[in-house]
Amino acid sequence: MKKNQTTVKPVHKPIFANGDDIQIPVFTQLKPDGTVYADAGPSSLDEPTARRIYRAMLYTRVLDERMLAAQRQGRLSFYMQCTGEEAAVIGSTAALDDADMIMAQYREQGALAYRGFTTDEFMDQLFGNERDPAHGRQMPIHYGSRDLYYLTISSPLATQIPQATGYAYGQKLAGKGNCTLTIFGEGAASEGDFHAALNMASVHKVPVIFLCRNNGYAISTPVAEQFAGDGIAARAFGYRMQSIRVDGNDILAMYEATREARRLAVEQNEPVLIEAMTYRLAAHSSSDDPSGYRSKKEEEAWHKKDPLRRMQRWLIEHGWWNEDEERELTESLRREVLDGMKQAEKRRPPALETLVSDVYAETPPLLREQFEALEAHIRRHPETYPKSAPWLDDDSATEGRA
Amino acid sequence: MSRMNLLQAVNNALDTAMAADERVLCFGEDVGIFGGVFRATSHLQEKYGRARCFNTPLVEQGIIGFANGLAAQGSVPVAEIQFADYIYPAFDQLVNETAKFRYRSGNLFDVGGLTVRAPYGGGIAGGHYHSQSPEAYFAHTPGLTVVVPRNPHQAKGLLLASIRSPDPVIFFEPKRLYRASVGEVPDEDYELPLRQAEVIKEGNDITLLAWGAQMEVIEQAAEMAEKEGVSCELIDLRTIVPWDIETVVQSVLKTGRLIVSHEAPLTGGFASEIAATIQSRCFLYLESPIERVTGLDTPFPLTLEKEYMPGPLKVLDAIHRTMDF
Repeated sequence: MKKNQTTVKPVHKPIFANGDDIQIPVFTQLKPDGTVYADAGPSSLDEPTARRIYRAMLYTRVLDERMLAAQRQGRLSFYMQCTGEEAAVIGSTAALDDADMIMAQYREQGALAYRGFTTDEFMDQLFGNERDPAHGRQMPIHYGSRDLYYLTISSPLATQIPQATGYAYGQKLAGKGNCTLTIFGEGAASEGDFHAALNMASVHKVPVIFLCRNNGYAISTPVAEQFAGDGIAARAFGYRMQSIRVDGNDILAMYEATREARRLAVEQNEPVLIEAMTYRLAAHSSSDDPSGYRSKKEEEAWHKKDPLRRMQRWLIEHGWWNEDEERELTESLRREVLDGMKQAEKRRPPALETLVSDVYAETPPLLREQFEALEAHIRRHPETYPKSAPWLDDDSATEGRA
Repeated sequence: MSRMNLLQAVNNALDTAMAADERVLCFGEDVGIFGGVFRATSHLQEKYGRARCFNTPLVEQGIIGFANGLAAQGSVPVAEIQFADYIYPAFDQLVNETAKFRYRSGNLFDVGGLTVRAPYGGGIAGGHYHSQSPEAYFAHTPGLTVVVPRNPHQAKGLLLASIRSPDPVIFFEPKRLYRASVGEVPDEDYELPLRQAEVIKEGNDITLLAWGAQMEVIEQAAEMAEKEGVSCELIDLRTIVPWDIETVVQSVLKTGRLIVSHEAPLTGGFASEIAATIQSRCFLYLESPIERVTGLDTPFPLTLEKEYMPGPLKVLDAIHRTMDF
C-alpha cells in the first residue's frame, strides 16, 4: 500500500489488472535423464547429504508399498502414500537445519525418514500400540516427534499453517537462528488459515517457509476446480512475500530453492512461499480410488517423471551410487519394514488409562469418575473388550502406565 | 418401494429435490463428477449439470458463506461438509450468520433454503477427526435446526423436509450406517415431519431415547432387557432442536424412567438438556434419576474406540441401575 501511495502515479481512466502479465517460471536443475541443465551450475548438494536424501526417498517408497499392501490385507486400518512427492518433501527437509521445525499435513513421512524416525517408531504409530507416544489415539500416519522437531499431524487441513507462523515468530524471539517449514497441499491452500498465515508472516517478518505440494488433486478435485489463478506461488505477491515455483520432482532444485529460502527466512526474517509442482502418483488414501476421476494415461506420464529414478540417475552419473547398492539397500529396507511391522502388530494395545490422560495436564474429578465407571464396566463384560480387559489388573497394579 | 442403503436414500432424496425444484443446488468438496467421498451425490452432476452440482475449492467457511448468500438470494443450496469434524471453519458462518439472518433483519432477509449435510459419528476407526458428533454445539444456537436420521426411509423423508423447511437445517448423517443400514424406501417424493420425535417401540418400564446411529444401540440394549422382563419404550428424537418435548414427556409420565444416549461427550451433550427439561416436567413421576449413557469427556480415540463408545452393554448396565434404583 505504501508503495502504491508514494511511487505509483495515479491514472485518470479505469485500469484493471488480473495478474496475468506476471509469469512465474518453474525453477529446475535436473533433467529427467539425470543430467543437469548446462546453466544450472554445480549443485551445492554434497555426497553424504545426497546419499542421506536418496536413502530416505527409497525408504519412504518401500514403507509406502509395504504398508499399503498391509492395509489391503486388512492388517492396518488406513494408509496414505507420499509416492511421487518424495523429492519435494525430502529435498526441502534436507536443506534445513535438523533442529528447524516441520509442521506437515499428513503426506510427508519422507521428512521423518530423512531425520531418522525409526521403523519401530513408524510401526508403533501405524498400529496404535502401547509404544505409540500418542497411545493409539489417532489414525495411522499421524506421526509426531519432539526429538526430530516434527509436530504431530492433525487431520483438519491447513490448521498447521498459521501455527507455523506463530511458532516461527517464537523462534525469531528465541534468537537461535532456526526457522519453521510448513508443508501442505494446493487444496489446503484454499482454506482461510493459509491466507491468514501468509499475511501474518509477512506483516510480522517471520522466519517461516510455506511449502505447497501442488500435486494436482485434492482427493478428486483437480487444480482447475480448485483455483483460477496462476497456481499457489502468485498468491504471495498479495502479501508482499518472496515466492518461487519449483519442479517438485527435481531433488536438486527443491534442495537449492529451500536452502535459499531458509537463508532469507533466518538471516533476513523474510517468509517465503515455495510452490512445488509435483503429482500424487498414488490414491489420496487407502480409502480412495482415483480411476473415478483421472486417467491412466495421465498417471503414466507422471510415472515417467518419478523423482526417485531421476535422482538415482544423477547419483550414478556422479559415481555416488550403483545398481548393486540399490538392490542391497532396497532388500534390506524391505526386510526391516516387514520385521518392524510383525513386531508392532504383536505389541499390546495402549493401557486403558490412556483414554483419559492428556485431556488436561491433570485429569478432572468427573473424568476420573467416568474412567472408574468404565473400568468397572469392562470388568463386568471382559469378553466385549479384548483390547483392554486382559491387562486391567496389570495396569492397575502399576497405577496405569500412561 | 426400493431397497436402499442410507447413502442411496440420501442420493435419492437429493435427486428428488433437484428434479422437483430447479432452485435446488448441491455442492461441496468432491461432490461433482466423483459424487462425494461417500458417493452421496453420485450422478447428480451428470443429470443436472455443472451449474447445479459442483465441486467447491477446499474451504468450509467459504462453502457455508457462499451457501448463505445463495439462500438469501432465493436459491435452495444443499451444501456438503465432507465430515462433521471439518465443519468448524464454518462455525462463524453457521452460528453468527445462518442462525441470525432472519432475526437480525426482522425477516427482511432469510437463509431458510439452506441445508447443510455432514456425515457424523464413530464406529469406522476414524479417530479424532472422522468420528465426532457435534450436534450439541449447534443445538446451543437458536435459529438452527438440527436433524439426524436413523435409517434409509427416515433419511430420505427427513432430508426432503429439511431442504423444503423455511428454516436453515444442519442434517447430520450417521456414516457408520451409510452402507450398513438397508431398508425399504418409497420411490415417490415424501417428507417426514421435522420437530417430531417418533416412538418406534412402545413399552411400560423405561424410556430409552436416542437419535441417528445410536438408535441401533438402544434397540440392541432393549432386546437384551426385554429378555430379562424389562419393557422398554424406544424414542428416536430425529430433530435435535427444536426438540419434541411433548412426546418424551408423555412417555416418561408413563414409564417413570429415562435413559438418553449419544456418542458425543457427557458434559454439555444434548442429553443434559433433555434430562433437565424432563426432570422439571416429570419430577413427581420419576422412579429413578435420569441416566445419560454417552461418550467420555475426552476427544474421540482410535485403538480404544470401543471402550469410548456408549455401546449396548453400557446402555444395558444403565437400564439395570435405573430399574434397581
